[in-house]
Amino acid sequence: MKTAKQGVYFWQGSEACAEAAILAGCRFFAGYPITPASEIAEHLAKRLPQVDGIAIQMEDEIASIGAVIGASWTGAKAMTATSGPGFSLMQESIGYAFMTETPLVIVDVQRAGPSTGQATKCGQGDVMQSRWGTHGDYSAIVLSPNSVQEMFDLTVKAFNLAEEYRTPVILLSDEVTAHMREQVAVPSIEQIEIVNRKRPKPSDKAFFGLTEVPPMPAVGEGFNVAVTGSTHDEYGIRSTADPLVHKRLVERLNNKIQNHAEEIAHVESYNTENCKIGIVAYGCTSRAIYEAVEYAETKGIKTGYVRLKTIWPFPEKPIKKLAESAEKILVPEMNLRQIFHEVKKVAEGTAKIIPINKIGGGELITPEELLDIIIKEAE
Amino acid sequence: MNETFSVKKYLRNLKLPFCPGCGAFTVMNAFLKAVHELGYEDLSSFVFCSGIGCSAWIPSPYFIADSIHTLHGRSIPVATGVKLMRPSLNVVVFGGDGDIVGIGLSHFIHAARRNLDILVIMVNNMVYGMTGGQVAPTTPFKAKTTTTPYGNFEQPLDAANLAVVAGANYVARWTTAHQNELKEAIKKALCLNGFRFIEAISQCPTAFGRRVGFKDAGEMVKWFKEKAIPIEQAKKLGEEDLTQKIILGEFIQRKRQTLTETVYSAIKEASNVEEN
Amino acid sequence: MKKIEIRISGLGGQGVVLTGQILGKAAVYEGKNVVQTQSYGAEARGTTAKSEVIISENKIGFPIVRKCDILIAMSQEALEKNLKDLKENGILLIDNSIIKIVPKTNAKIYAVPATEIAEKNFGQKLYANMVILGALTQITNLVKEKFMEKAIKDSLPGKSTSINLQAYKKGIESVPTFNPR
Repeated sequence: MKTAKQGVYFWQGSEACAEAAILAGCRFFAGYPITPASEIAEHLAKRLPQVDGIAIQMEDEIASIGAVIGASWTGAKAMTATSGPGFSLMQESIGYAFMTETPLVIVDVQRAGPSTGQATKCGQGDVMQSRWGTHGDYSAIVLSPNSVQEMFDLTVKAFNLAEEYRTPVILLSDEVTAHMREQVAVPSIEQIEIVNRKRPKPSDKAFFGLTEVPPMPAVGEGFNVAVTGSTHDEYGIRSTADPLVHKRLVERLNNKIQNHAEEIAHVESYNTENCKIGIVAYGCTSRAIYEAVEYAETKGIKTGYVRLKTIWPFPEKPIKKLAESAEKILVPEMNLRQIFHEVKKVAEGTAKIIPINKIGGGELITPEELLDIIIKEAE
Repeated sequence: MNETFSVKKYLRNLKLPFCPGCGAFTVMNAFLKAVHELGYEDLSSFVFCSGIGCSAWIPSPYFIADSIHTLHGRSIPVATGVKLMRPSLNVVVFGGDGDIVGIGLSHFIHAARRNLDILVIMVNNMVYGMTGGQVAPTTPFKAKTTTTPYGNFEQPLDAANLAVVAGANYVARWTTAHQNELKEAIKKALCLNGFRFIEAISQCPTAFGRRVGFKDAGEMVKWFKEKAIPIEQAKKLGEEDLTQKIILGEFIQRKRQTLTETVYSAIKEASNVEEN
Repeated sequence: MKKIEIRISGLGGQGVVLTGQILGKAAVYEGKNVVQTQSYGAEARGTTAKSEVIISENKIGFPIVRKCDILIAMSQEALEKNLKDLKENGILLIDNSIIKIVPKTNAKIYAVPATEIAEKNFGQKLYANMVILGALTQITNLVKEKFMEKAIKDSLPGKSTSINLQAYKKGIESVPTFNPR
């Protein structure tokens, strides 16, 4: 067996992520064991060698992402997977990957933090960390799957975005989505859109500028590429004091993502133009909205939702649209208010933004809990 | 080989960043001379990884080569990814003592344990030079630094011996006072496989020499010569006789299976296993 | 069939999670939408474990079972812990070679001595979960036999396949006691 064949599978979220990575072209994985992300490492340890890829367990998460960065510079698509504590350790290197324009994918299977917290229990506390976790002026691309099918689809998408924008991309999953099993429809490889990185022409020399997303050479190809996390000019030459070089580089790195925020930002919307109560949700928590909305409608309450598939860049437009129709917007999250503040920034004044927060023990916000609040707020 | 050696052949036309008298010049020279004498016309078969610190600047971006200047302490993990995916390339890590055996120590030990096929050249100047002369894990006992103003109250780390214990295939230590031996060790290491570690004891006249009482770089190099003792001779002496000495020479040369060998044979096995 | 929610409960080591996975896989082969989850972490071997399967013709929203239509209990403790979550008039399937007391309930109770059957026919307790799956097929026909068999084959490849299939068959052939008192 090489890559997964077209068909319907019954996979765990982690398995769908691993198989999607292989189909997307990933041939290098480095990671460190951590609950609840270890299944991804285990699956890739088994599968990558079967497709001539390499999976290695490193001494810690810092080494893991370091090895992934090295592999990416050989021209390979590469990834790592971790959870909160490991994600914290990777933050410096995420900034490095951003600064050096190294495409890679990081899967963060969220658990209940801070610190060791409840290691086996689900949480959504890493949302802001995925955006602002590294130091300096940084722009993140973060995707949020809410089903096993999306663990598959959005892993492919994560690799595509990483290659398209030459930047690290985070798949922000959670314990529930990564551990549950569901049916997954795998298309034929011809039907899967795969984006490969833009390679330089033999005459190219500027691998860090001149165009929004510069071409990326691999080491060993004779390009003599100088890669550095220090501020550098278009040719990779360190420039540690020139304010203009810094401004030019860091603005371009941020703009190449922010200028395409609307293209990157994907949502699933329902009844956003004709609702009294709106909901903004993402990840495992969003699994409660479907039944809650269905019940609410049987009670005559016009309800709509925007479910975030992209968290960063934040999908402002669909939320603005929702706020134009909804009087109130509920924001259920398994944390103590994170996306709530973003919704508020975008929609406050147009709609009333109401946080719904539940943490601890991995308990999801249930459709019944959500429905109770919808009914109360609709009165 | 017969043509006269010039470092210029391998260097970009950029001004080097090192202070006058810095040992990094010597190590850079020794490396490039070794490469030249081995017959490499250019550095196209090499990839250089380095971290943060003055010595990390030896290859990056000055060598006309692929170079990855990584985060502080993380050159070896990045080199791991490069070497595993491109085993045909010569992967060489340059770094200081703080970078390699301070913040990056665990990577160093694990790379030696795995016998990862890279050459690590550690320029040990016994201090954090770039940040202004703070104590390092290699600073001699009692030495005054900016963060040990009353003298270092810790014992220094013996990186070469650590590499031996951890499993490196080749380990040598020389100083900037032993340029020819250093060059020869680099030549030898470049022809071997597995994890190879060369510790080059070096002078930082700016951030260390001055504070511990050396007038200039030359005095420091002289001091290295005086303190040097060949490993063969050191083996006959007791611990007490060696406290003030710098033990030099080849610490080990062996042929353990290397990581690229074992990883690629595992891949071969995996592709033969039927999917169940 | 709109949506059926099943909880399988027992002790860690009884194959509760695998049982759920096989049932889920079989339902996927039948073309259904399926979500399967399991208790994870704190409940290791020897303590109670559970696996949940939701099977539906339509897209499944919430993935966690709150009230189940079918409860399978393979230990006394698991039964007592989970019975409250069985819907009024739901189906309770127990291994009565292990469970001796069933608390008062309005559920339709079916009892199969799965562990006893497994030990007697195959010399090992660990096939009890396959017997239970067979009994479930016989009682509910939740997922067609051929898909169940395919799921067992695919989930338990190698030498153990045929014994597991035989144990499943034994479960189908078994005569569950209805509403034992």
